[in-house]
Amino acid sequence: MRSETLIWAAVAAIFAFLFIPILVIVLYAFSAAPIPAWPIAGFALHWFGDTWHDEAVRQALALSLEVAAVATLAAVLLGTLAAMAVARMQSATKEVVSFIAVLPIALPGILTGMALAAYFAFWGMNLSYWTIVAGHATFCVVIVYNNVVARLRRMPRSLTEASADLGADAFRTFRLVQLPMMASAIGAGALLAFALSFDEVIVTTFTAGAQNTLPLWIFGAIRLGQQLPEVNVVVFAIILFTAIPVLLAQKLIGESGKVAR
Amino acid sequence: MDDTGFNPIMAEARVNQPIVQLEDVAKTYGGAVALARVDLTVHAGEFFTLLGPSGSGKTTTLRLIAGFERPDKGKILLDGQDVATLPPFERAVNTVFQDYALFPHLTLVENVAYGLRAKKVPKPEAHAEAEKALAAVQLANFAGRKPAQLSGGQRQRVALARAMVNRPRVLLLDEPLGALDLKLRHQMQQELKRLQTETGITFIYVTHDQDEALSMSDRIAVFSQGKIEQVGTAFDLYERPASAFVADFVGNSNILGTTLLRPEKLHLVPHAHAVPEGYEKRHGIVREAVYLGAVTRTIVALEDGGTMQVMEANIVPVHGALRFVPGDSVTVAWPRSACAVIGGEYNKGEQ
Repeated sequence: MRSETLIWAAVAAIFAFLFIPILVIVLYAFSAAPIPAWPIAGFALHWFGDTWHDEAVRQALALSLEVAAVATLAAVLLGTLAAMAVARMQSATKEVVSFIAVLPIALPGILTGMALAAYFAFWGMNLSYWTIVAGHATFCVVIVYNNVVARLRRMPRSLTEASADLGADAFRTFRLVQLPMMASAIGAGALLAFALSFDEVIVTTFTAGAQNTLPLWIFGAIRLGQQLPEVNVVVFAIILFTAIPVLLAQKLIGESGKVAR
Repeated sequence: MDDTGFNPIMAEARVNQPIVQLEDVAKTYGGAVALARVDLTVHAGEFFTLLGPSGSGKTTTLRLIAGFERPDKGKILLDGQDVATLPPFERAVNTVFQDYALFPHLTLVENVAYGLRAKKVPKPEAHAEAEKALAAVQLANFAGRKPAQLSGGQRQRVALARAMVNRPRVLLLDEPLGALDLKLRHQMQQELKRLQTETGITFIYVTHDQDEALSMSDRIAVFSQGKIEQVGTAFDLYERPASAFVADFVGNSNILGTTLLRPEKLHLVPHAHAVPEGYEKRHGIVREAVYLGAVTRTIVALEDGGTMQVMEANIVPVHGALRFVPGDSVTVAWPRSACAVIGGEYNKGEQ
């Protein structure tokens, strides 16, 4: 009984440590004061309206959504294909290629960002929307790849053999057997990739030109000490935005685990 | 359509006409030899079994015929046409997999209709055929279920229906009963044999279980270390084995030099007891005697070295005791006609 109480206390402490700062930001979003201060003197909702009508915030939000969508799409295509290729390889090659494929996510973002910036500069490319997408795709691909590879590992080879045995060519087998069996893994990977892209700062700092994604806008505003109430509102919105895909992804992974048996 | 639910292949298949031929086929996996050199002819309408221990090459042979592997060299003829380089989906054979390989995301009727749909049979007809095939394996009421909702035995029958509904020229079965318990396995053995006889489809069956091979097959190929040791009927393999390996792998055996003595053909008599004319004998001491119900198995340590195993049918019950117990001096006797010469000229059969 006592040890159970202790465990619950520990869990509560960890959750408090993780979530109280976030809760404070969320509360600040409703504070009336132009400069957030504790204790909160009065509450107001007008910062939501102000933020929504702020052109800079709107543009940053649109860019973030667009980048996340395109990077995720690229990740789904490349990550899935890479996972299928790796699944067919002999074990020795497989390990090497797997390691290289996962490496981008293990590298510090600052390295990836610097390397990409130098690479773009070398080819004389201007930093643009597409350079941000490329930067985000580097880690989004890995997320999708990891999810799909894990699924394929649990999928017996005899299923694709059975399909071929029953007269289905490679494309039909892909469409009717492999894709349906990978679908939830791809979906979960895509949702996580979207969430990661949406709040990425470091790589984006190096690959964005004059544009601001939402996290970059927050970063800038905080550094300059301006529009702090709006920042609180935006952070609140981002929490909601990223929590939803992560929740969905978890549900997908959980469900498909049962189906794959 | 007969009562199996599967259309029978016409009787012309019955005349000993080759349907699958392997000529000088070899296969290695990254240096490891899976098949050293295999020549094999399977006739149309046969129940043909590839028998051998694991790693002997029997499964590789089946996978080569199915098209999941390509041979390093040699020909694989299906109805006289070399298919060695054709992908599986262009070969008129179907496979029942060891793990059944049912598609988990499809219902049973969709699973069984899969092959017909791949051949562009319209959906309503394909599903109607699939339902008939499911009925033929006693799963008529399960058409809408997913494989995960079935027992192992039921999945096995779906796998069988899914392959047979395509009326393949040859049905390949890769240890299909391995995952079932003994009773179910015996039941399915009879069921398979019945389906094979009634449809006339050629079965090529892989197993490591000699009882299974002997009880179902028209002919059996015994594999060892990537080679075929012998091809023949159950009788050929048991009574006239072509090699010591076959003699030992198929059934129990006593091997004296090149002479094979099956344990059930031997008799035990008290030591120095007279033996009839035309009998050979050896003296020894009983080392072990086990009552097994139908038979008693006695191991005798021979005077001149070595041991012999004797199986005697318990025809006349000996009350409460074994006829011989460990330590007894006995004589093992057998008629000369019971001896088989391993690898004798007449044993070779066809290869």
